[in-house]
Amino acid sequence: MHAEKGNREFEPKIMAFVCTWCTYAGADLAGTSRMQYPSNVRVLKFPCTGRIDPVFILKAFQQGADGVLVSGCHPGDCHYISGNFHARRRFAVFRRLIDFMGVDLNRLQFSWVSAAEGGKWVEVVTELTERVRAMGPMREFKDLALEEHWSGAVDTKELKEVYQAI
Amino acid sequence: MSRIGVFICHCGENIGRTVDCERVAAEAAKLPGVAFSLDYKYMCSDPGQNLVKKAIKEERLSHVVVAACSPRMHENTFRKAVASAGLNPFLCEMANIREHVSWVHEDREEATVKAIDIVRMMVERVKKNRVLETITVPVTKRALVIGGGIAGIQAALDIADCGHEVVLVEREPSIGGHMSQLSETFPTLDCSQCILTPKMVDVANHPRITLHTYSEVELVEGYIGNFQVTVRKKARSVDEEKCTGCGICITKCPQKKIPNKFDMNLGMRPAIYVPFPQAVPNTPVIDRAHCTKFINGKCGVCQKICGPGAIDYAQEDRLIVEPIGAIVVATGFDLYTIDRKPKDSPYSGYGEFGYGTIPDVIDGMTFERLASASGPTGGVIRRPSDGEIPQKIVFIQCVGSRARDKGISYCSKICCMYTAKHAMLYHHKVHDGKAYVFYMDARTPGKNFDEFWRRSIEEEQAIYIRGMVSRLYERDGKIIVKGSDTQLGEQVEIEADMVVTATAVMPQEGADLLAQKLGISYDKYNFYSEAHAKLRPVECATAGIYLAGACHGPKDIPESVAQASAASAKVMTLFSRDKLEREPIVARVREATCVGCFACRNVCPYRAIEEREILDREGNLVKTVAYANPGLCSGCGTCQATCPSKSIELDAYTDQQIIAMIEAL
Repeated sequence: MHAEKGNREFEPKIMAFVCTWCTYAGADLAGTSRMQYPSNVRVLKFPCTGRIDPVFILKAFQQGADGVLVSGCHPGDCHYISGNFHARRRFAVFRRLIDFMGVDLNRLQFSWVSAAEGGKWVEVVTELTERVRAMGPMREFKDLALEEHWSGAVDTKELKEVYQAI
Repeated sequence: MSRIGVFICHCGENIGRTVDCERVAAEAAKLPGVAFSLDYKYMCSDPGQNLVKKAIKEERLSHVVVAACSPRMHENTFRKAVASAGLNPFLCEMANIREHVSWVHEDREEATVKAIDIVRMMVERVKKNRVLETITVPVTKRALVIGGGIAGIQAALDIADCGHEVVLVEREPSIGGHMSQLSETFPTLDCSQCILTPKMVDVANHPRITLHTYSEVELVEGYIGNFQVTVRKKARSVDEEKCTGCGICITKCPQKKIPNKFDMNLGMRPAIYVPFPQAVPNTPVIDRAHCTKFINGKCGVCQKICGPGAIDYAQEDRLIVEPIGAIVVATGFDLYTIDRKPKDSPYSGYGEFGYGTIPDVIDGMTFERLASASGPTGGVIRRPSDGEIPQKIVFIQCVGSRARDKGISYCSKICCMYTAKHAMLYHHKVHDGKAYVFYMDARTPGKNFDEFWRRSIEEEQAIYIRGMVSRLYERDGKIIVKGSDTQLGEQVEIEADMVVTATAVMPQEGADLLAQKLGISYDKYNFYSEAHAKLRPVECATAGIYLAGACHGPKDIPESVAQASAASAKVMTLFSRDKLEREPIVARVREATCVGCFACRNVCPYRAIEEREILDREGNLVKTVAYANPGLCSGCGTCQATCPSKSIELDAYTDQQIIAMIEAL
């Protein structure tokens, strides 16, 4: 939105877990209204935020996401009545866990975006993208993997020899 | 091995202008598992859909991904197309590259890269999609209506007139509800019983309505289209088949002085009674708590005198199981009794108004009985204390309503209108009588309502004082009412002969227990909750159960009737087919790993989780596991995220599908 992409080296990878009935519809509305926002975000559709397992957020970070957004219906408006309440409780606890693990909480954002709030979707996505861009890439999981005895590399000389012997 | 077909839509210029569709198609073709990939101008058009169908047949496609607009737009279109080509529709997914890409990003390179990512994500997801078939649930085309007031009566008549059987269950010995207690109704001043009793008779005579009065719902099992409802028919001590309704037993009963609840305890009735002369059915009930025969074994006059031999002292409660497809709840309301409350009551009472201690302080329903021609005073307004006709009546509005400190913050909706009506009726009967009304606001929004209210002031001489009453006390046989007039800024003291309080409208006693039996939601006041306040106002979140009348919230007669007809229309929608078709996006339990903790049941908003016993070959119980009822489950997936062992899965949103999407990015 502000500076040209060419000046930036780092493009954050943002994954958004959204509910079909509110936030996905809000994002659609932003599209129908031709509102523009950074293209870093990839949206994954869920029936309800209540379906979102914290494991998915961890998986997203593991896969190289630099920022994760979870967004659903406003409290009291859940299409399935109470799914977003369970999501809210689940993630209130999960935030503490992920903070304990050493992930900067500024990379993880929860929001309520209704089907009528195309503008709010744009705001939320843009704000998260720019904030994560300023923070830099997420290195915590990669660093952790490097610390382990097995680096995870599958094409070392030793392994190749074993494969050929089979 | 998958043979996925990927179809990239240009959507004219909408996508094509920003996203390089040919490049996306080319990249998609390189993905493992993709057997066919093309781009086309308008995928949703007939030729576009034919391309998909042709490819499915010629290329033997196993899955389809259409990259185009939002699935909220055309998922059904493409799923139908795919189904007509012989492929299961749930093996078709859409990738949103219009609303989420081409319409919101300007840079062609960025948009194309994002479109490629999204297509790859959906290709990986669709590989994990399962074949799902539409769920069909059989429907029993019989409705149950709980509550025989005006709303229940209307709902029963509407459904029965459409050709379906209805079972109507009413707790009191007669149907009619509170409307049968009223004298005249606003805004037309129609005689209440005159317009109600024809409908009551219609219900009794209707060939398709089974009427269970003096009965309650004992147990509700099953689910939409397939309920089994156990009704307890309480013992009337009178055989309904034999009784002719002649009424001799009632005249001969020696116990004549039992306060009649129908007349708000102002009138008396015998131990064997019908609640009011126009009762439907006209079969009496013996009040065993006050009947001499049941108290000490003496008397028995009614049995001796009954010609057809209908009196049966040994009659017992009967339990009847009715197979039901849909339930309409129309249990109505009751008025808040404002006397001093016990310590554990959520409401604090209005002891300062003397209700219960000062006999001439009455509530609105009691005034109705006084005004009613068939009431205990024959329609003459008399003071309960000495039977004199009051010359000055003070009406107090908002007693209990709109009072957060006393426990009820809502407005009871009907009281402004019925108080204006009371002032009018009083003026008609006592021409020199003075009616004072202490009010906060005059809420008269309905058709002809405001004109009615103005008439009470301009023609019927009611004196409206804007202010509240602080205290009532007795002095020399009169009631001193102390209040304030906020428009004049003065304290007001009125020496009244009678005070009528417009008390709050509340749900019936036991409303919460019934809701728990049915598995429906209710709010903190015990009013029943609708599925959506604006878009689904007569349905409950629990499928197959509908709401009508004041049990949902304070409501007047026109609205109750309208809502009852609306609920009937919803029931008819359900009954219009033999089988109920539902989208197969439902939860399924993997019984091998489920331990029966039922965390899923606690979070399911639709009460779709049931228990299922796993038995070994000898019939011994191995474990009890969860079972998600496909007739009730709405596919939110909260259960799966909550399950500690991930033994419950939401078809179409399984963990594998989602993780495949994440890993593809």
